[in-house]
Amino acid sequence: MNTAFQKVYTKITQITKATCSLKAQGVGNEELAMVNGRLAQVVKIWGDDITLQVFSGTEGIPTNAEVTFLGKSPTLKVGDDLCGRFFNAFGDPIDGGPPVDGEEREIGGPSVNPVRRKQPSELIATGIAGIDLNNTLVSGQKIPFFADPDQPYNQVMANVALRAQTDRIILGGMGLTNDDYLYFKHLFDNAGVLDRIVSFVNTTEAPPVERLLVPDMALAAAEYFAVDKNEKVLVLLTDMTLYADALSIVSNRMDQIPSKDSMPGSLYSDLAKIYEKSVQFPEGGSITIIAVTTLSGGDITHAIPDNTGYITEGQLFLRKDTDIGKVIVDPFRSLSRLKQLVIGKKTRKDHPQVMNAAIRLFADAANARTKLENGFDLTDYDKRTLDFARDYSNELLAIDVNIDITQMLDTAWTLFRTYFTQSELGIKQDIMDEFGNY
Amino acid sequence: MAKTLGKVHSIISNLVLVKVEGPVSQNEICFIEIAEERLMAEVIKVVGNIAYVQVFESTRGLKSGALVEFQNHMLEISLGPGLLSKNFDGLLNDLDKMTGVFLKRGEYTNPLEDDKKWSFAPLAKAGDKVKAADWIGNVKENWLEHKIMVPFKMEGEYTLDSIVVAGEYTILDTIAVLKDSAGKTYEVTMVQKWPVKMAIRNYIDKPRPFRQMETGVRVIDTMNPMLEGGTGFIPGPFGTGKTVLQHALARFADADVIIMAACGERANEVVEIFTEFPELQDPRSGRSLYERTTIIANTSNMPVASREASVYTAMTIGEYYRAMGMKVLLLADSTSRWAQALREMSNRLEELPGQDAFPMDLSAIISNFYARAGFVYLNNGETGSVTFIGTVSPAGGNLKEPVTESTKKVARCFYALSQDRADSKRYPAIETLDSYSKYLEYPEFVEYAAKNVSPEWIRDVNEARNTLVRGRETAEQIDILGDDGVPLEYHLIFWKSELIDFAILQQDAFDNIDGSSSMERQKYMLSMVLGVVRSEFEFESFEEVNPYFKRMINSFKQLNYSEYESDQFKKFEQDIKDIVNERKK
Repeated sequence: MNTAFQKVYTKITQITKATCSLKAQGVGNEELAMVNGRLAQVVKIWGDDITLQVFSGTEGIPTNAEVTFLGKSPTLKVGDDLCGRFFNAFGDPIDGGPPVDGEEREIGGPSVNPVRRKQPSELIATGIAGIDLNNTLVSGQKIPFFADPDQPYNQVMANVALRAQTDRIILGGMGLTNDDYLYFKHLFDNAGVLDRIVSFVNTTEAPPVERLLVPDMALAAAEYFAVDKNEKVLVLLTDMTLYADALSIVSNRMDQIPSKDSMPGSLYSDLAKIYEKSVQFPEGGSITIIAVTTLSGGDITHAIPDNTGYITEGQLFLRKDTDIGKVIVDPFRSLSRLKQLVIGKKTRKDHPQVMNAAIRLFADAANARTKLENGFDLTDYDKRTLDFARDYSNELLAIDVNIDITQMLDTAWTLFRTYFTQSELGIKQDIMDEFGNY
Repeated sequence: MAKTLGKVHSIISNLVLVKVEGPVSQNEICFIEIAEERLMAEVIKVVGNIAYVQVFESTRGLKSGALVEFQNHMLEISLGPGLLSKNFDGLLNDLDKMTGVFLKRGEYTNPLEDDKKWSFAPLAKAGDKVKAADWIGNVKENWLEHKIMVPFKMEGEYTLDSIVVAGEYTILDTIAVLKDSAGKTYEVTMVQKWPVKMAIRNYIDKPRPFRQMETGVRVIDTMNPMLEGGTGFIPGPFGTGKTVLQHALARFADADVIIMAACGERANEVVEIFTEFPELQDPRSGRSLYERTTIIANTSNMPVASREASVYTAMTIGEYYRAMGMKVLLLADSTSRWAQALREMSNRLEELPGQDAFPMDLSAIISNFYARAGFVYLNNGETGSVTFIGTVSPAGGNLKEPVTESTKKVARCFYALSQDRADSKRYPAIETLDSYSKYLEYPEFVEYAAKNVSPEWIRDVNEARNTLVRGRETAEQIDILGDDGVPLEYHLIFWKSELIDFAILQQDAFDNIDGSSSMERQKYMLSMVLGVVRSEFEFESFEEVNPYFKRMINSFKQLNYSEYESDQFKKFEQDIKDIVNERKK
């Protein structure tokens, strides 16, 4: 960038809460600019009229503010020095350390050619049976937690991140409370894994529009490690609902016609651009995304979780099981779409059948519970399903479980034998003969 | 013809306004120059000397004043041998020919191979009178007879002036010369261009569909049949198995050519097709499934404007193969993403929005598109068909949203995926009673089924359906009144309908044997299951009903997992008969 010939504009023609406009020539679409020292980006060019989105908000911007264009779209300096560091949405350090020296790369870069992708096939074990047994994760997958704000989603996600066998973890925090930010920081510190982790954090104290840069920053760093270093990278994005809210703020300021739930009409494409960065590269590197989408009142038909569900490869629900007083991974509503690629292939071959049988019996227990609540007599089968459901919740679904997948399968068989006959399981005969021990 | 030039005036995301210095036409293609790259764009609106164009790529870094060159034609694709077993993007760029792991902006690749030699055999001789879409030659594309036709664009009648002898030719070699009535000659090669947004209409007649398109999926073939040249749609909330179902259709459907348009969906799903299809065998020909498949992959992270083009590209290829007398199955996943692409552009154009901010003419656009499918009689009396099944991803799972509603008006089959069935892992999660196939009411099909399946077929299907209806009603009664509050008979009705559910409706798409069921096997299963449904049973109390039917269902499931008419199959068949006889009155 040649700053010597940089032209300075001083005449702003229009200011809104998130944008300002001015007349300028030779400006590129999506180019960065500085407005009185604040970072901004070109979002619209109308002849000579340029509209800038000011990330930190336009409070106090005067009509004679100094505007310079930087001749580039947002970038991140990538290198091994990123590890162990905490950055803000612009990629500047917030941990008191020195700036990172590295190769400057555009963020939000192009998509991977679909024919160059490899089919994900590596299992990511977490020790949590609600995930490994019923909703197995695979490298290159993208999956969110759909959670109510009061659920311990950040804790579960952090646990998953620390237990999963990956080379690198990138945290993208959007609208994190300062407490949550410090929680992650201490947890990573204490686990002694800080050098594996890179964090981009926008706290609730920072302006919301800045959040829009966080996922692209985190994923640019992820691409560096996955492509240049062939590493297995796990990206954590929390909370994507706050990201989408920031999108709607900007589109609202730009006078765009809102579609469902006052979200921009392009929400699907905007979210897809982020989530589709998850990929298994042919050279061995991979990017896996685990995100959090908070729900309001558990409503998954709202535009944000709804569009997310269509993009991601499944979703994980947490739920408090009142029978055992623990948080479990809900087996009905949770789904990992890529599990078919590994279960019974990378795990023991009875895995798919055991998983389905257990969930079906758990569903029967739910029906029995409804009957009980409505005051009807329970059959012997109903009673057995209820007993099974309690043990299944406690020994497998609870998030405090930490065992390997073979143990999970053995535990399930033990429960089957305790409560059910063979014909009640509906499992393929050859699997039953080999693993059932009836 | 001289090309009109212009300059970029304004940029709003991928909508660019171009000041033009000459004539432009609606939907004309232009290229915008940006540094070393040329970005393809399409005219979508003209006001005075300003052309509004949608750019098929990212406009990052584009400046006002950039040069634009208009191309005098609409969005066209090249049609010729070599389209099968390929992976294209929405604009028919061959993805495998692109360089690098990441897509490069402004990189356009040839969908066909200009220097590959094809073994051509003429089907017409000099002096023959021909018109557009007449077959004049044949080449072998994989194992299909790929017909070389008089280009669709040629209007009127021509005389075949000359045609080459059988031999090896490239697609660019002149293989025939046509002469019109005025004596003007036209050279014909094996490749022709066609604008994707126009339907190819070179056929004699388009009757109502009547022949069944076997899919191997029982809940479709038995309960809600799809016909050759028919249309259907699969709406469903996320996680209900739309994509798995589409993949099952692509694998097992009885079609000559399968075109899959992955339109704004997940990249890993496309990768699954890339990876698995070459390994999978076509159950009918024994050849690799990939040989009859073309994939249009415009995944959700690829540019939105080419997502819109991708369904038209796929349909045009379908119509091209139909004109050769092929049975084409076109699957689009998902048409909602296509509609959303229309919405994004309509928003940027600041058009007055319709419901949910979709463009006002959404319904017309969707029905025009579905109307391109169909069964046709070609010029030479042969038949061909494009069967179209699109998925719809209703926002919030609400079927009252505009895309679902508009599609419902035009598609003849409706496969309703249900969250409840998906939650209880009853796959495929098609809720039979909420789904329909209007074709069951077509006299043409009733006659066809009576002749080709069995005279009682339609009656049996309706009986199964009625049993399900009664099962659902009694289930509600049992829920309200309790197990012991209803007559024993209710439990029987309920469990008979559960038997139909488990033995016929449910199918394991991931199992080698159960994954696809032949029509013969489906006929056998339906009569076997109806045999049980029609039987009277003896029970002392309702508590005996549940374990008895569970046991029977278990044997039916094992039967479904066994190879048809194998020893294992016969063993479970006998098991079922024994179980039935235990309590049969």
